[in-house]
Amino acid sequence: MFRTALRNVLAHKARLLMTTLAVMLGVAFVAGTLVFTATLSEAFARSSAKGFEAVDVAVRPDFSSDETDPGGPSDLPRELLERTRELPGVEHATGAVSGFAALAGKDGRLVGEGWSTQGGNYDTGPDGSGEDPRYDLREGRAPQRAGEIALDSATAGRTGYGVGDTVRLSVSGPVREEKVTGVFDTDDGNVAAGGTLVLFDTATAQELFSQPGMYSEIVLTASEGVGQGELRKSVEKILPEQAEAVTGQTLADDQARMIEAEMEGMRTGLLVFAGISLFVGVFIIANTFTMLVAQRTKELALLRAVGASRRQVTRSVLVEAVVVGAVAAGIGLLAGIGIGAGLRSLMGSLGATVPDGPLVVTPAAVVASLVVGIAVTVAAAWLPARRAAKVPPVAAMNSVHAPATVRGLVVRNTIGAVLAGAGAVLVLAATGMDDGKVPMGAGAGLLVIGVFVLTPLLSRPVIALASPVMRVAGVSGKLARLNAVRNPRRTAATAAALMIGLTLITGLTVIASSVQKGVDKMATEALKADYVVSMANYRPLSPEIERTLAEQDEVTALSPMRNSLSRIGDEYEFLTGVNGEGFGKLAELDFTEGSFAGLGGESVIVDADTARGHGWKTGSTFEVVYEDGERGELTVGGVYRDNEMMTGIMLDTAVLDPHLEKVTSMQVLVATEGGASESAKSALEDALGNNPAVLVQDEEDVSESVAQMITLMLNMLYGLLAMAVVVAVLGVVNTLAMSVFERSQEIGMLRAIGLDRRGTKRMVRLESLVISLFGGVLGVGLGVFFGWAAGELISASLPTYELVLPWERMGVFLALAALVGVLAALWPARRAARMDMLESIKTE
Amino acid sequence: MTTSTPPDTRSEPSAPAGAAAARAVDLTKVYGQGETKVVALDSVTVDFRRGAFTAIMGPSGSGKSTLMHCMAGLDSFSSGSAWIGETELSSLKEKKLTRLRRDKIGFIFQAFNLLPTLTALENITLPMDIAGRKPEREWLDRVVETVGLSGRLGHRPNQLSGGQQQRVAVARALAARPEIIFGDEPTGNLDSRAGAEVLGFLRNSVRELGQTVVMVTHDPVAASYADRVVFLADGRIVDDMADPTAESVLDRMKAFDARGRTS
Repeated sequence: MFRTALRNVLAHKARLLMTTLAVMLGVAFVAGTLVFTATLSEAFARSSAKGFEAVDVAVRPDFSSDETDPGGPSDLPRELLERTRELPGVEHATGAVSGFAALAGKDGRLVGEGWSTQGGNYDTGPDGSGEDPRYDLREGRAPQRAGEIALDSATAGRTGYGVGDTVRLSVSGPVREEKVTGVFDTDDGNVAAGGTLVLFDTATAQELFSQPGMYSEIVLTASEGVGQGELRKSVEKILPEQAEAVTGQTLADDQARMIEAEMEGMRTGLLVFAGISLFVGVFIIANTFTMLVAQRTKELALLRAVGASRRQVTRSVLVEAVVVGAVAAGIGLLAGIGIGAGLRSLMGSLGATVPDGPLVVTPAAVVASLVVGIAVTVAAAWLPARRAAKVPPVAAMNSVHAPATVRGLVVRNTIGAVLAGAGAVLVLAATGMDDGKVPMGAGAGLLVIGVFVLTPLLSRPVIALASPVMRVAGVSGKLARLNAVRNPRRTAATAAALMIGLTLITGLTVIASSVQKGVDKMATEALKADYVVSMANYRPLSPEIERTLAEQDEVTALSPMRNSLSRIGDEYEFLTGVNGEGFGKLAELDFTEGSFAGLGGESVIVDADTARGHGWKTGSTFEVVYEDGERGELTVGGVYRDNEMMTGIMLDTAVLDPHLEKVTSMQVLVATEGGASESAKSALEDALGNNPAVLVQDEEDVSESVAQMITLMLNMLYGLLAMAVVVAVLGVVNTLAMSVFERSQEIGMLRAIGLDRRGTKRMVRLESLVISLFGGVLGVGLGVFFGWAAGELISASLPTYELVLPWERMGVFLALAALVGVLAALWPARRAARMDMLESIKTE
Repeated sequence: MTTSTPPDTRSEPSAPAGAAAARAVDLTKVYGQGETKVVALDSVTVDFRRGAFTAIMGPSGSGKSTLMHCMAGLDSFSSGSAWIGETELSSLKEKKLTRLRRDKIGFIFQAFNLLPTLTALENITLPMDIAGRKPEREWLDRVVETVGLSGRLGHRPNQLSGGQQQRVAVARALAARPEIIFGDEPTGNLDSRAGAEVLGFLRNSVRELGQTVVMVTHDPVAASYADRVVFLADGRIVDDMADPTAESVLDRMKAFDARGRTS
């Protein structure tokens, strides 16, 4: 039987081509994901391990220790560094201070991403003339005083800065002009990943990132023959509370684990989309095998007649599936390895820095890809194989062309209706729940399956809707429409493959458009300020920024937004320090009690949620423990409805500031004379010294930066879902090619009685168009429904959410479905038109 | 019972062209080249008169189907000429040839004459639908009545018997009022009763409706329905018989067999 199966595969090579391609694409996606993430993960792990090579033990503040005051553990004092130097087994001790430092390129703009621009110190050791083992100076000398810095060589190369140049940078707000005195090489993981590193002398770095005489980390190297664990034990004896010692190995392992966890997320995300492509492929495989079995009815009956058992017949079809699956998975695996390698160089050429490393193809990836490919093919061929076994032996004797048994769709329709109904009810019910994600997901799954089961039923009425249009195309149109509904199951499976892709694409688009609108509204609703000033990395801003801005003539009102953790009773709450006088001109709050007048001095305003939680009303008083541990008493002067931009307890900076360790603000809200304008904006930017680290954004900028993020996400998702659509196109090609093959006699007859080549082509093309549009209409319809339903959930956390139906996009999607139809028909239509009439008419 | 001789047949093309619905002059069809060269038609000259029912007979491989295909514009030929009415086929391009088949020729094949998705009536009017013409109501009614399908026009092919399906095919061929109808073993798949019915209708269409019919068959009984039988062997016309009967045709065929064995 195996030989029969193998021969069948070889005999139907052409007809199995699309199936093979579909499986191949899915497997390539899986293999590509596995290879790419493993390669990336390995490369990052290597580079980070290299970064920790010079570290035997690191001493750092212990963030996991019991937090006794809201400010967190303090940095490590200089004395500790001195003491570690004297410990036995310590070869070298380096005190490190680090933090955010935004470097401006020659064009004045931030180099790199906000989160990866770092600053640190060059530690010259106890006598002030030593070398820092972490950094290898390539040119010039180390920074020695304020106003001098060293740059990592990658950044120097990228920006074109060299020794002697003056660069502009910013740490917590104000612009600093610094002279480059040296360029160094480093194994720092952040730099390897494309970040920048600027080094100051230790005193300047401490001033900028910590406090004078304090370090954020102490790095120790062991003397010859002293192990990391040993060293750690001896260090631990002198450690103060709230500090811990960690071996370099542990740090490297932790880092590797973190990278692995990040890659895991990426891998899972990509595999979901690979799964969608494979799922779509299932329809094609099932369709192909169904048709192959139908065409071979006589052959199978003959096998049964000469004594093959049902099981043997089933098995012969399944063996065929295994062969097809194995071949496709093998090619897919190779293609996937190619994709994995290609993606990395693509990322490199797009400017993302990926550390070097070999291409990693794990045995697990190979096995997983092959198993997935074969399993999916066999699973999809299962039902057709079972059907093959049901062919009665007597069918071999029938000389009459046995018409395909038309099994009733009653059972199928009933099941479909029940599934779709249950799914729809569940989705609708979930929209009203507080946490409806799980039921909604389940409902959506049920509904999609239900609709798929119902597609044969739906195909007739939906396609009938197209008949007035099809009539324009004359007899070709009519025949195309009739052919499209001729085999409802096949049409359904073909259209469903396309439906799945379009459902997801439409749903995501609806959600994205709606979220965008919601965010826009949020940005405009809560803010009266013309500008929001913040750090590029959304870290705290130095108070100098406020001062500078307040001095500008254009500025009519200004308020910082300070954040400070405090304790109220047993709970920690964030206090937001604002300018009590001007805040009313900058924010738009919806007061349920009181007004902005209630803000000032010891009187604060509170959002409704917090007020309810504590049982406060206007006039209530409560005790607060500030972050410096001092107590105070505050009075509720007003309650407002919270929104995304403004929430929590707001009080005047005059009351809050004295209790802060370091006065910073998350944002500064600014109103200018005459509102937002290009000139006002550049005036503010100029006033801030065109600081690379500071963003001055008006409403439009805020919504634009959100829009950019959403568009980027959406485009990425489109790209990933495109694969599912490509597979669906293969499905349409497959169905049409098979249909044309099956109907060759009919087509030959039509050509003989006078249908010209153009008419024949048009007939096939229109059939394809109708099937594709059917899938498209179902997909867009379901997508809108899911988009709406998901929006109901989102609106719980985004009150300004508003359903937006992107008609234009939806039109584009339907046009895309039509295009899919036309493209998929190219080859089958050509084949139909080129068919040898006489050959086709001849009876079998 | 051999009534005509080859010289007679050859004299016919010189008759006024208007009298022949279709004719072939020195029609030759060669497959392959050199060693594998096969001559399917060897300079055949024949014409089919208007309003006559002609059968083409011959042993398998004699070229009878090829002759029909070439004369009906379904297949190309190597040399010579073929005419449908006043139109010479070899000069026509694919498009014009298709239009000619659509407008001037009716076809009845052995099987797969009908589109399963269309009703009997829709199948009958299909050539006119393709041409974008409206069928003549009166003529259509008459044709449908002639082939006895009045009650079954709404049925789909799979709801009809084999004989009924071929009658639909006959009706389709007649409905467009073509210059000539070509039948390729139209009763080959039918039992004798159903076959007799279909042949009866074809003969009636010639007698009563004045239609021209040319039919390829290997069945002497089928051939006996025709007004004239043309015999083909090895790609050449070897005999031409008027008013045939089943017996005379069978005798003639036996003579071929005998000659085939002796030569």
